[in-house]
Amino acid sequence: MSVDNQWPLWEVFIQSKTGLPYKHSGSVHAPDGEMALQNARDTYTRRMEGTSIWVVPTDAIVASSPDDSGSFFDPSDDKAYRHPTFYVMPEGAKHI
Amino acid sequence: MEDVERLEAFQAKIDREEKIEPKDWMPAEYRKHLIRQISQHAHSEVIGMQPEGNWITRAPSLRAKVVLLAKIQDEAGHGLYLYCAAETLGISREELLEQLHSGKAKYSSIFNYPTLNWADMGAVGWLVDGAAIVNQVSLQRTSFGPYSRGMVRICKEESFHQRQGYEIMATMAKGTPEQKRMAQEALDRIWWPALGMFGPHDKDSPNTGNAMKWKIKRETNDELRQKFIDKTVQQAEVIGLTVPDPDMKWNEDKGQYDHGEIDWEEFMNVVRGKGPCNAQRLEHHKKAHDEGRWVRDAATAYAKKQQSKKQVA
Repeated sequence: MSVDNQWPLWEVFIQSKTGLPYKHSGSVHAPDGEMALQNARDTYTRRMEGTSIWVVPTDAIVASSPDDSGSFFDPSDDKAYRHPTFYVMPEGAKHI
Repeated sequence: MEDVERLEAFQAKIDREEKIEPKDWMPAEYRKHLIRQISQHAHSEVIGMQPEGNWITRAPSLRAKVVLLAKIQDEAGHGLYLYCAAETLGISREELLEQLHSGKAKYSSIFNYPTLNWADMGAVGWLVDGAAIVNQVSLQRTSFGPYSRGMVRICKEESFHQRQGYEIMATMAKGTPEQKRMAQEALDRIWWPALGMFGPHDKDSPNTGNAMKWKIKRETNDELRQKFIDKTVQQAEVIGLTVPDPDMKWNEDKGQYDHGEIDWEEFMNVVRGKGPCNAQRLEHHKKAHDEGRWVRDAATAYAKKQQSKKQVA
């Protein structure tokens, strides 16, 4: 008899309404993409939470490491000029 | 030395109410505690389907039947949310199930009581789901991100479970004298085991210290139990039923109910596996698991075949 097999893990992303971004909801086990979609539907959208679903094999996701998050996000630390509030507007100017 | 610093940073993060995510550093004990607690929670959702599944074919109306089916399907879903939260901690689904089957992992003892008649479906929804909600509302603020997110989802879905149970009790309580008697007896049977769901007294609960410090748990067993009692006694009065505790009395000074003592010897017996249905619940789960194996194998074989076809083409 084969080893007990619970199928590979997939991460589930759901778009709750058209126009909105996909959001991570959790994961499911499934042997292939088609069943992963069906399992994701049954697990995460029993109350019309979604209009569209993405499933991605968990091991296909590359994630940044929290230990390095300081240095990893460092390049944007000192660039206040990327924000609109950095700029001095002349007194009285409107709609800008 | 590095570990001491990491531990301090970890605690500081928790004290700032920031969530811990799966890839963050965490003490081995924190991970272990979470795996134990989340898996026990997941197994409870899944085993909890059995006492209710017992009544699907005998539901008294089509409405009652579709409601019960939807509730049980939710429990399966809740089990899956929780297994998936546990898996982010590095334990596999296979290991989780193995620990359930070997008895290493526990599930809530409440599900080791039988459901004898339809009134028990009312009492289970009202009291067991009611107690679970009190616990889960508190756990929405747990420090581990995936567990917290799972709890938020579950709480959103669970309130219908409690309401459908209370509706059954209310309906029976204003039915024939025989139906009212059944409702009262169901309350009598399930009241004490439901209070036991919150676990031992704080002073006898070995895991409470770390769990509170690390904010895995946000309120203690006794605090949660008291919350449940204070809500539920009034609900019983509204439908003309009586909580089976002669010592239950409103305490004006404390602004809460005083209540009698749980029979802890019975509680420990059921935890140790000597409850009325322990063996039956586990046997049934193993049987369903083994009988489903061919489905898992067939789907895997099919996926492999499709994959190799794709590669050829």
